[in-house]
Amino acid sequence: MKKIAAVLLALCCMALVFAGCSNTAGKSVSTDGSTSMEKVIRALGETFTKDNPDVNFTYNPTGSGSGITAVAEGRCDIGLSSRALKDDEKAQGLKETVLALDGIAVIVNPENPVADLTVEQIASIYKGEIKSWKDVGGNDGEIVLIGREAGSGTRDGFESITDTKDSCKYRQELTSTGDVITTVSQNPNAIGYASLASLKDSVKALTVNGVAPSEETVKDGSYLIQRPFVLVTKEGTALSETAQKFFDYITSHDAAEIISAAGAVAAN
Amino acid sequence: MKSKKLLEGFVHGVFLILGLITVGFVLLITVYLVISGIPAIKKIGLIPFLFGKEWASTAAEPKFGILPFILTSVYGTAGAIVIGVPIGFMTAVYIAKIAPPKLKSAMQSAVSLLAGIPSVVYGLVGMLILVPGIRKLFGVPDGASLLAAIIVLAIMILPSIIKVAVTSLEAVPKEYEDASLALGATPIETYFRVSVPAAKSGIAAAVVLGVGRAIGEAMAVAMVSGNATRMPSFFESVRFLTTAVSSEMSYASGLQRQALFSIALVLFVFIMLINAVLNFFLKREKGD
Repeated sequence: MKKIAAVLLALCCMALVFAGCSNTAGKSVSTDGSTSMEKVIRALGETFTKDNPDVNFTYNPTGSGSGITAVAEGRCDIGLSSRALKDDEKAQGLKETVLALDGIAVIVNPENPVADLTVEQIASIYKGEIKSWKDVGGNDGEIVLIGREAGSGTRDGFESITDTKDSCKYRQELTSTGDVITTVSQNPNAIGYASLASLKDSVKALTVNGVAPSEETVKDGSYLIQRPFVLVTKEGTALSETAQKFFDYITSHDAAEIISAAGAVAAN
Repeated sequence: MKSKKLLEGFVHGVFLILGLITVGFVLLITVYLVISGIPAIKKIGLIPFLFGKEWASTAAEPKFGILPFILTSVYGTAGAIVIGVPIGFMTAVYIAKIAPPKLKSAMQSAVSLLAGIPSVVYGLVGMLILVPGIRKLFGVPDGASLLAAIIVLAIMILPSIIKVAVTSLEAVPKEYEDASLALGATPIETYFRVSVPAAKSGIAAAVVLGVGRAIGEAMAVAMVSGNATRMPSFFESVRFLTTAVSSEMSYASGLQRQALFSIALVLFVFIMLINAVLNFFLKREKGD
């Protein structure tokens, strides 16, 4: 009796496993690349699989470089890169489609009289070459550098745009955008950076080279501390039907709202 | 008769399994930590890992030295003990011996409440009040510092110290105190000369428990200590062993991730040592 029950149970389990397989076989979209794009691509993947429950969506967070290589070698459908493609990458027959733009606001305490900095000034401040607000037209006070933890996409974006990779002299490394904003709002001499979408009134966003950060200025490119989120595909090679459907969906106007909810500015 | 025995045996078995589950979890965590913590130490080398002064896990040439974190954890815990133990000890003596019954029960429930406050709330209050306060009071550019972490930890360890110390002070036989009072000692003399020495291993256990709580705290210190990776100093932002793991774990990969497990292993060894010391004191108290 027991034996029969066990066999039946085993059969049921196997049936379930096979059912799982047959549902997803052939219908999959694989993406690979930038860790900074995780939030955006996961949100898009979730809504896409909600509408198409039979599709198996995967995202492999490996970094922009690995994502681009993965597409070139045909190991994934769509590569994700948080920088524009280089010329030699384009020469390999890769095509870029800008999915979204990521704007990073530089924030200070509302009491701080400084309202505008150039990208060079921001870089020198974060490298520790400019130490006092006096040197950039503010009050006499030591600049307190607030940043994000190693590995954060925002930190990676900020440091690569301002060209301060591995040379920032952070006073505080906080683990969330909210913590950065709170800390900057508490200290009149603090400077920090945060994703444009999560800005609050408790801090003041600086204009960079005279341009205030906003969805429009990021979109037209006049606000400089921004980077593109790029979808990388192979020129001349057609995507699978499902992958093409996903590609069309995320570059359509319908996806814009999801992209901005995930903290980026949709390009379409 | 037979069915009774069977039931007895069954219940016995259930309790055994439940007990083994707890032991099993401890073993599982220990084995997992050791297995995942060893590879990075092997790759980096034990000495450079434990005594390296620089941590730059995502740099082009990554450096994995955790001496700053170890020292910060040791200094932070020591500081919390220096501030927290006298306050906690005196409070415990007051609650156990001196306070009138009504005040005593009010104070005890206040202590329990303090123990029940989530650490993120300690961190938040510290971030909004303590950190700006230290900045203004001491005229430093930024208040997120070792000092802020020490103060938060000192408050957080108070309930554990007070509770254990009160229990052991109340367990002192009344005859000891009566004898002392009968010999003409004042009540205060009696408490400090008779009750406290009689309860000394319990009080020592309370202190060790406080050390354990302080060294393992992550959330609250992460919010007030600034998390910069440099050698600890009083008014500078510092990173603890616990926060070193928690702050980078979410995005870490490769050797960086393995190294975080190694940090957790080091922390685990510290806490094991503290537990061994605690057991030593508790056993001695039973032996007395």
